[in-house]
Amino acid sequence: MNRHGQRIGEPASRWRMQIVPIATVMIASALPLMLPLVASSPVLPPLGLLFFLSWQLLRTEMWPVWIGLPLGLWDDLFSGAPIGTAIALWTAASIAIAYLSQRIYWRGFLHDWAIGALLVAAVQALAVLITFPHAPAGHMLGLVLPQIIISVLLMPLFLRLTGKFDNFRLKRR
Amino acid sequence: MVRPAHRRPGQSRKAQYSLFAAYVIAITGALAGLLLAILSVADPVGFAALRVASQEITAPIARGTRSVIGSISGIDDTVSAYVGAGSQNRRLRKELAEARRRLVATSALEEENRQLKSLLGLQQTDRSALAHGYLLTSTSTSSRRIALLSLGRNRGVSAGQPVRGADGLIGRVLTAGPSVSQVLLLTDVENVVPVRRARDGLPALATGRGNGDLDVRTLNIATNPFKPGDILVTSGTGGLYPPNIPVAIVVRRQDDGALARPLADPAKVDAVAVLRPYTPDNIEAQAVPAKSSPGAGAP
Repeated sequence: MNRHGQRIGEPASRWRMQIVPIATVMIASALPLMLPLVASSPVLPPLGLLFFLSWQLLRTEMWPVWIGLPLGLWDDLFSGAPIGTAIALWTAASIAIAYLSQRIYWRGFLHDWAIGALLVAAVQALAVLITFPHAPAGHMLGLVLPQIIISVLLMPLFLRLTGKFDNFRLKRR
Repeated sequence: MVRPAHRRPGQSRKAQYSLFAAYVIAITGALAGLLLAILSVADPVGFAALRVASQEITAPIARGTRSVIGSISGIDDTVSAYVGAGSQNRRLRKELAEARRRLVATSALEEENRQLKSLLGLQQTDRSALAHGYLLTSTSTSSRRIALLSLGRNRGVSAGQPVRGADGLIGRVLTAGPSVSQVLLLTDVENVVPVRRARDGLPALATGRGNGDLDVRTLNIATNPFKPGDILVTSGTGGLYPPNIPVAIVVRRQDDGALARPLADPAKVDAVAVLRPYTPDNIEAQAVPAKSSPGAGAP
């Protein structure tokens, strides 16, 4: 937008560039509680976390490293895990991504998949250990293992979806 | 190939400080979050209001999607049903024949029981439910098994009330919001239900495993008396769940007890009933109106 009004080929508005990534993560976090699905085990992959990691793998510098604090709080409100779990673990994951993106300078698709898989597995495993500190750890990890496998296999799809959202985010007029 | 990040701030003091501040905020916040998580594990009630308030926001959408597509009944169940279809079919036929025989015997006993009760003039305590609703949705991405019930404080629901379906116990109310409430399902790892074996009254404790099954342990550890097919009902011990609600059926013996499957599948129940907690004042309150009209229960 300039004083002549909108021009063809102008960059997308700042508002859209900032709101799209945050909105996708927030909607993905709240989505499981909008579906009429009463599950007897953790069957759905952590949608919010997958989008959160994908955005950071795709656009490492888009968010400051503390973005996990508000987005994690939002996820905690809906996930059922004790409040604070995702705040701590998501922020730790963004610090890990920031560190790894300096160590591995040119990241390819396989790098992204590997980092995403590792972080999803770590976050889900630590979350269940924080949620049930007194239960036997082996059994608790067995509980989330199927979910971790599903999430790892879905990671490329979420990277691709995030790419689509990114195209929409930056689309010129 | 993702464009490499250039987080290095270079010579600019301002950029250096803002990057440093971002890391300080992130690490402090993460530690505070960890502390918060430990606190909310120790005291789950403290943050429950916040959580149920946020679920009030999504509840209208959940109501909408439920009315459009109906309840999606357990995906995991459908998959495992395909795997074990043949052997399951054989086993079910055998069980059905056995159940038919037992049903005839039970109906005779029931009639005899009714006559004996009327002779003794025993009063049946009021079993009527507080409210009826349905399960909207559940936390399907985390290891907690918490479902959202379509009733809240507006219908008299409050924390600690047992919830049951037609087939058996579902769980208990964890937190009640203005128009929805959270139900801790039977299969949650932290839900412990005092049960007894229906056949002989053997007391036991049923604990959720988090994956849809229950661990059953007797209070007497020396022996393992369970057999596959044993029915467990609530015992009323502990004063939360009223006695004689069906809970689970034993599937397999284990080293220290048995593995049981809940009789009521929360994914498949249509309507659930919220009951009064089984506490002394509630039991007396139910008994008083019954006493004031003697002989009302007798035929």
